[in-house]
Amino acid sequence: MASEINNNEVVLEVKNLVMHFKTKKRGKTHKVKAVDDVSFSVKRGETFGLVGESGCGKTTTGRTIIRLYNPTGGEIYFEGQPLHGRMNAKLRKLITDNIAMIFQDPIASLNPRMTVQEIIGEGLKIRGIKDPAERHQIVVDMLKKVGLMEEHATRYPHEFSGGQRQRIGIARALVTNPKVIIADEPVSALDVSVQAQVINLLNDLKEEYGLTILFIAHNLSVVKYFSDRIGIMYFGKLVELASCDELFKYPLHPYTKALLSAIPQPDPHHERRRVRISYDSSIHNYDEGENKPHYFEVRPDHFVYCSDAEYPAYEAEVKEIEASLKGE
Amino acid sequence: MEANLNKEPILKVNDLVVNFNAYAGTVQAVRGVSFELYEGETLAIVGESGSGKSVTTKAVLGILPKNGRIDGGEIWYHGEDMAKYTEKDFYNIRGKKISLVFQDPLSALNPIMKIGKQIMEALILSLKMPKAEAKARALELMKAVGIPEAEVRFEQYPFQFSGGMRQRIVIAIALASDPEILVCDEPTTALDVTIQAQILDLINEMKAKSNVSVIFITHDMGVVANMADRICVMYAGRIVEVGTADEIFYEPAHPYTWALLSSMPDLDTKEKLFAIPGAPPNMITPPQGDAFAPRNKYALALDFEEAPPYFKLSETHYAASWLCHPDAPKVEMPEILKNRIKRMKEAEEKHGK
Repeated sequence: MASEINNNEVVLEVKNLVMHFKTKKRGKTHKVKAVDDVSFSVKRGETFGLVGESGCGKTTTGRTIIRLYNPTGGEIYFEGQPLHGRMNAKLRKLITDNIAMIFQDPIASLNPRMTVQEIIGEGLKIRGIKDPAERHQIVVDMLKKVGLMEEHATRYPHEFSGGQRQRIGIARALVTNPKVIIADEPVSALDVSVQAQVINLLNDLKEEYGLTILFIAHNLSVVKYFSDRIGIMYFGKLVELASCDELFKYPLHPYTKALLSAIPQPDPHHERRRVRISYDSSIHNYDEGENKPHYFEVRPDHFVYCSDAEYPAYEAEVKEIEASLKGE
Repeated sequence: MEANLNKEPILKVNDLVVNFNAYAGTVQAVRGVSFELYEGETLAIVGESGSGKSVTTKAVLGILPKNGRIDGGEIWYHGEDMAKYTEKDFYNIRGKKISLVFQDPLSALNPIMKIGKQIMEALILSLKMPKAEAKARALELMKAVGIPEAEVRFEQYPFQFSGGMRQRIVIAIALASDPEILVCDEPTTALDVTIQAQILDLINEMKAKSNVSVIFITHDMGVVANMADRICVMYAGRIVEVGTADEIFYEPAHPYTWALLSSMPDLDTKEKLFAIPGAPPNMITPPQGDAFAPRNKYALALDFEEAPPYFKLSETHYAASWLCHPDAPKVEMPEILKNRIKRMKEAEEKHGK
């Protein structure tokens, strides 16, 4: 549920982030541009949704922010402090104290040989809460917050259902009181009825803790429901960025239009009326010179990634939109 | 798109019961499922994982795992009861009269066999086509399912295809023998939204061309709205509600259908989601009465004791819930769903003008 953000305090800022992977194929080295020149900022207390198809680099972006990968280029700032430098103990502490991650796969992300209490309490132990009784109390309080019970603390992950495991993952992320949560597809591995439980839980916790969330997902209906602002990614680039309502009402980038037109809606009549738009990325001829694309603010807080040559077309479209708004 | 109710169904499943032997006991996966499939229609079976939707169609195709067996009921197809078929009898049905499209297109294809040969194999084995003719037909099929440069792609292996292209190939193979029934088991779950839309369009297009009947299994209500003429909603091994797409989406009657529809946000949802509490029941010891009762805030005392029969709501619409009994207290569906249906009707009126 989108809540009003009244401040403009930026908590997390990503500037021209680049993450390239090198792969070897038949002796030749290939460069995979997983994330290429991505910039956005997340304000305090807001939920920023990052959407795109599989392989578009949305997960890599999240993982690079928390420094699971070493970025090839670009800058990452948390409350003004750089996170992109050389990794050392101080930087690691800054990251792990303030940013936590919820993973997609609730089976793979929990150590099968640790009890729930050990999994959730591990972060506390590292942060110097040595007394087991005190740790246990914090863990139990956290378990109750995420809708589990005290007796679950001594059990192992395999004894839980998918939804419960995801709750454990959420408890582990929240127990150290982080300021930012990176939630990477937290509900896509769950059954429909359980997805709703987890979405509601995340919503409640977000309000209670005043969390700032980077929400990575491919299900547009869920992202729209959950986020304040949305960034659309395509092949390593962030092609459009706007507030939720703005983006869905006035999509400008052709890929965004194609993506929105493909969302299945639970309404048979709507489905019969639906006109699907397809997207061909070869319509852009970007290069490093004059046609180098960058971000344009086409409407207040609505950014499109395009080249100088493409901009006038968007400008014309915006004029049309604004004219029709005045007419209403 | 409306189903023709005067016709004889081409497939009729009657009170089907499927059990599995498991380490912990007998899992009652399907507990008395009945449905009909009419010519040229798309019947969607929706439900969560473990509701028995896949098992039902696996029983129809005779591909239950070794520990599973049909313990009751009939599957009528062309005057014969397929529930009594042996593996040998199925040879003349499977892949010829009834074809299957799986969820994961990569594991459905042979990784070390060229794509063209895999399509040809279906033609040579089921239609006894000569090789040269099979090749020509295979290329035709590849073009029909929208594979560009079919001649080049013909000589390639599955790993050289993207997920969407692989699913197109699987559909081409499934349609190669001109089947009467196409079973699609979550065919787009592994695909991205834009690719999903393309594959759904393709299935609809192929259906219109060949008048094949489709059984479409999914858990995504958005996909169902796109594809289905009629819908069966399954929960804990039973069909809880069946009706035309319009009836299920505009006048749902079973609390589980309400919950399923209102647990996922659509693009206009602002309210708190209606989450179903708890988890699906253990099917080794399924609950007495209505299996959904323990998770259902509308449940009546009777729901816990006696399984509800099907109440007829219209010629095509049936629901198994005591709430549909004339003497039952009137309950309202969740607010979030009511608002959505209102929005849907408003949109309909706007476009109708």
